[in-house]
Amino acid sequence: MHRTKVRIVEDALDANNTIAGANRVDFDRAGVTVINFMSAPGAGKTTLLERVVTDLPGVRVGVLEGDVEGSMDADRLAALHIPVTQLNTNAGFGGECHLDANMVRSAIPSLALDEIDLLLVENVGNLVCPAEFRIGEDARVMVTAITEGEDKPLKYPLMFRACELVIVNKIDLLPHLDFDLEKLLYNIDAVHPDVETIVLSARTGQGLEPWREWLMGTAARTNQEAIA
Amino acid sequence: MHELSLSSAIVNTVVKHARDRRVTVVSLRVGALRQVVPDTLEFYFEFVARGSVCEGAVLEQELVAAVLRCQGCEHEWAIEIPAFRCPECGGSDVAIAAGNEFEVESIEVEEAECIGQR
Repeated sequence: MHRTKVRIVEDALDANNTIAGANRVDFDRAGVTVINFMSAPGAGKTTLLERVVTDLPGVRVGVLEGDVEGSMDADRLAALHIPVTQLNTNAGFGGECHLDANMVRSAIPSLALDEIDLLLVENVGNLVCPAEFRIGEDARVMVTAITEGEDKPLKYPLMFRACELVIVNKIDLLPHLDFDLEKLLYNIDAVHPDVETIVLSARTGQGLEPWREWLMGTAARTNQEAIA
Repeated sequence: MHELSLSSAIVNTVVKHARDRRVTVVSLRVGALRQVVPDTLEFYFEFVARGSVCEGAVLEQELVAAVLRCQGCEHEWAIEIPAFRCPECGGSDVAIAAGNEFEVESIEVEEAECIGQR
């Protein structure tokens, strides 16, 4: 018995990225735009989806709900009469804290891709792991609620960088909190210069229009790219 | 907390290359921007490796410092705090020159003496 050194030099996440690429091919072929929607638990992802999914003219929406356990969020969205698929991650290793490309791949057969144009994937609430795992999406959106504090971009730069849009939610609470919105926006820009941001309140509806327009625009743009 | 998921990714990568040989050392290059806690990664790796060819393997981690490069003015600088705007020209088109690595660099495997097999 002797020992040999084997040179590998491979990104440990390559396997995930390969599967994500295969998902992307399937989504593109079906003409479906996929958004990976990420945040800490309780930032308002489900409410943000509820507020817009039935108000996107000409865009047929489907939702893939990732949760460690239960189907509360999926039930809320299914009540709006859109196709919702639940993906529970507790079958994995002690309950995975994120969706990865393989989990999304396993859900593709139940997604009815030919009946939708836009698939919104609500990731597991977590500011760390979802940033590491691509799922085959066209764009990534992260939501931060002002109740989380101004310092979160500096504490979770990986997440604030792993997205094309940052939504700042719960601004209806501004009068009740010692919260500095300018400071949060400054910190977001520090870790992800020039990233697009939308400041809104899912509860009152203030600022929802830019979010709706962003979804419409992204759905239209990525469809054109897929055709080209 | 992502160290558990990352450990699984490492073990899967190593298993693929080990081809059933027992692995004694796994050498990793980890960029500072990946926010990996070395001790935590080691703890989870030992746990996730159980029952695989990596069981009992030593995990060596080489930390790669973060270096950014401004695409606008070509200024290059090392960062220790997450500030990604160019300090020289204020530009936002900044590339990560180093610090984003999460690579299995090499592994050490046990080979049976294979006289006359090559």
